[in-house]
Amino acid sequence: MSAEWPLWEVFVRSRRGLSHTHAGSLHAPDAQMALRNARDLFTRRSEGVSLWVVPSDEITASSPDEKDPFFAPAADKPYRHPTFYEVPEGVRNL
Amino acid sequence: MTPVTSPPRGRAAGADGPPDGSGPGLEAEDVQAAFDAAVAADERIEPRDWMPDTYRSTLVRQIAQHAHSEIIGMQPEANWITRAPSLRRKAILMAKVQDEAGHGLYLYGAAETLGTSRDELLDKLHAGRQKYSSIFNYPTLTWADVGAIGWLVDGAAITNQVPLCRCSYGPYARAMVRICKEESFHQRQGYELLLALTRGTEAQRAMAQDAVDRWWWPSLMMFGPPDDESSHSAQSMAWKIKRHSNDELRQRFVDICVPQAEALGVTLPDPELRWNEERGHWDFGAIDWQEFREVLKGNGPCNEQRLHRRRTAHENGAWVREAAAAHAAKHTATHATGHTADHAADRTAADRDDRVEPAAAGPAQPNTAPDTAPDTAPDGAGAPSASRSTRSRA
Ligand SMILES: [Fe+2]
Ligand SMILES: [Fe+2]
Repeated sequence: MSAEWPLWEVFVRSRRGLSHTHAGSLHAPDAQMALRNARDLFTRRSEGVSLWVVPSDEITASSPDEKDPFFAPAADKPYRHPTFYEVPEGVRNL
Repeated sequence: MTPVTSPPRGRAAGADGPPDGSGPGLEAEDVQAAFDAAVAADERIEPRDWMPDTYRSTLVRQIAQHAHSEIIGMQPEANWITRAPSLRRKAILMAKVQDEAGHGLYLYGAAETLGTSRDELLDKLHAGRQKYSSIFNYPTLTWADVGAIGWLVDGAAITNQVPLCRCSYGPYARAMVRICKEESFHQRQGYELLLALTRGTEAQRAMAQDAVDRWWWPSLMMFGPPDDESSHSAQSMAWKIKRHSNDELRQRFVDICVPQAEALGVTLPDPELRWNEERGHWDFGAIDWQEFREVLKGNGPCNEQRLHRRRTAHENGAWVREAAAAHAAKHTATHATGHTADHAADRTAADRDDRVEPAAAGPAQPNTAPDTAPDTAPDGAGAPSASRSTRSRA
């Protein structure tokens, strides 16, 4: 049998209170082994308190070709940012 | 162009499939211009971006060679694990060799984002069609060699690798950041090991000096051929894969090592080594490039042994890989035919905890991790996760 083990993406929560962050990928036959391998590969120096492993195939990504039109709707809406608004001199806590 | 909300899946991101950037509406000049602009602006190229075929193949070659060097590099040092002189030294050496395995895996992972498979890379290594660093074809004759490798070989690697943390290809640069963080322990433990010897008996001092004498010149060769003979250098610098020339990095390494050798109480085996006031650098003697070429060609002291050992390890591990895959397949099949109470009971508490967690960030359903995880993925270094999804599976 020469089929490669499937690829998993690994996400590490570095400490409580922070989100899981993508750390890299690895091959493993199943989820349990992926978790164990992820521990050995990405948390050898206490870099994490929690791990997620996700089959790489299960991630749906936006396409880089479509980057501009896909994200364009946000570009012309500066009023979504507080800096868009004028605040009179001396007004505080706004 | 209309916004695409469900991009094509299962398409190869790499050389095996069509480059993603050449999608509808984008002309060849446009994608080339976008690539050039990103490189010029010091932005990172990510796996599904369009890139020139030669950029892709250059990266695959370099990253593969780098990954192979990490795992072949485990051998010369592992040679001394069972004979380490104390439990402390043994624990350190095991941790270091394990790190090198990890470095190999980070790098294979980075190479895979370019569309090659892990198996393909290993096959090429085993068939001798892809290289690894010539340094690992030298033998580790004494315990002091473990120290000389840490100080000089890992030291040269660090000098080479720190600029690679800013390489234009995102996944490679990110792998290098992790690696460089781990390398400094490698270098220090080697230096400390040598220091213990040079502060020891006359015989220990002689052993340390002998190791330095044998590893110094091969370490200088690790930076590659001189600039005027280095065929790939100019293009790699233009693409910002490389940031400094071979000779520049070699000089930097020599300048770093001279005072360290002095503090250690060893001499570097080069009678022409002297401070050049005018250049502000240490001058050093000519490198034996004939030896370098011979070792690269496969005629070094240990080439055959290293490759043989690697192949054997891979073959001997085959039954483990097969058994684990068979177990996983059986487990998946049982799950597919319906959950049984037994299977639910199989699950550990940690397993359940992990399933609960993502729900806090999204709708309270089981198995929400795949949906929420990509949103939480992006960090300062970018979101490489999403880009992996289109890779072909073997
Ligand atoms: Fe390494
Ligand atoms: Fe190292």
